[in-house]
Amino acid sequence: MELSLSTRTVDHHTVLEVGGEVDVYTAPRLRERLVELVEAGARSVIVDLSRVEFLDSTGLGVLVGALKRLRAAGGTLALVCGHERLLKIFRITALDRVFALYDSVEAATAATDPDAGQSA
Amino acid sequence: MPTVRLSFSPAPAHVRTARLVAVAVARRAGVADELLEEIRLAIGEACSRAVALHRSQGTDSLIDVAMDDGDRFTVRVTDRATEGRGAATAADPAAFLVEAPVTAEGPEALAEEAVAATMGLALLAGLVDDLEVEAVPDGVGTEVSMSWPVGRKPTDA
Repeated sequence: MELSLSTRTVDHHTVLEVGGEVDVYTAPRLRERLVELVEAGARSVIVDLSRVEFLDSTGLGVLVGALKRLRAAGGTLALVCGHERLLKIFRITALDRVFALYDSVEAATAATDPDAGQSA
Repeated sequence: MPTVRLSFSPAPAHVRTARLVAVAVARRAGVADELLEEIRLAIGEACSRAVALHRSQGTDSLIDVAMDDGDRFTVRVTDRATEGRGAATAADPAAFLVEAPVTAEGPEALAEEAVAATMGLALLAGLVDDLEVEAVPDGVGTEVSMSWPVGRKPTDA
């Protein structure tokens, strides 16, 4: 399946829902969208990977780039990733220690709410 | 001799094709279903690496994928780049986050490619038990080889 991207706002969070395959061919579109969101002022970004069927190292590179970009701008990036299949990729690359990973968008918004205080 | 052989020009769009073919051949070779997802990812990584190397050097040479279903399902991905990266498996693949300073206007796409290359090798090393990356004996390029058992379920570690 091709890459699909859709953005919505939940409270002050920007949720980017990603679906399909994120690989060396499609990852540039994901990067483009993330750059646009940050340039448009989004500072609490949640990337929902629940509907991602395939994610490779190129996709991981783009997510790391988004994390750095947001941190530089004083923002945060959270990832929603419930599949064991995808979690394994984050574990193998040790990126599970780098990203804030959540089971659901609700869990991510609750955890990254400024009122709730932040651990990182 | 390989059972199925596929050559493609270094275009990112073809990596997906290579993944699809590899999984189809693996399934037909009798590889257990639970390994197919690893194969899809590992072969995708090997091909992405080859595409990145070719593109960084501006070569249009074909990338070769040879699949063989002998005692094991074996895949060899061969690039024609003059300087392939070795099978360096960083002890801490996330170390770059500490080392690389955050720059607001850095060459981000380039940095992301470097991250992807590191992650790609980490994934290959993590997914493939018998990963080998060797210089092509006669000429320019590197060959990434990997294999998986066929015909029976893998024993649990």
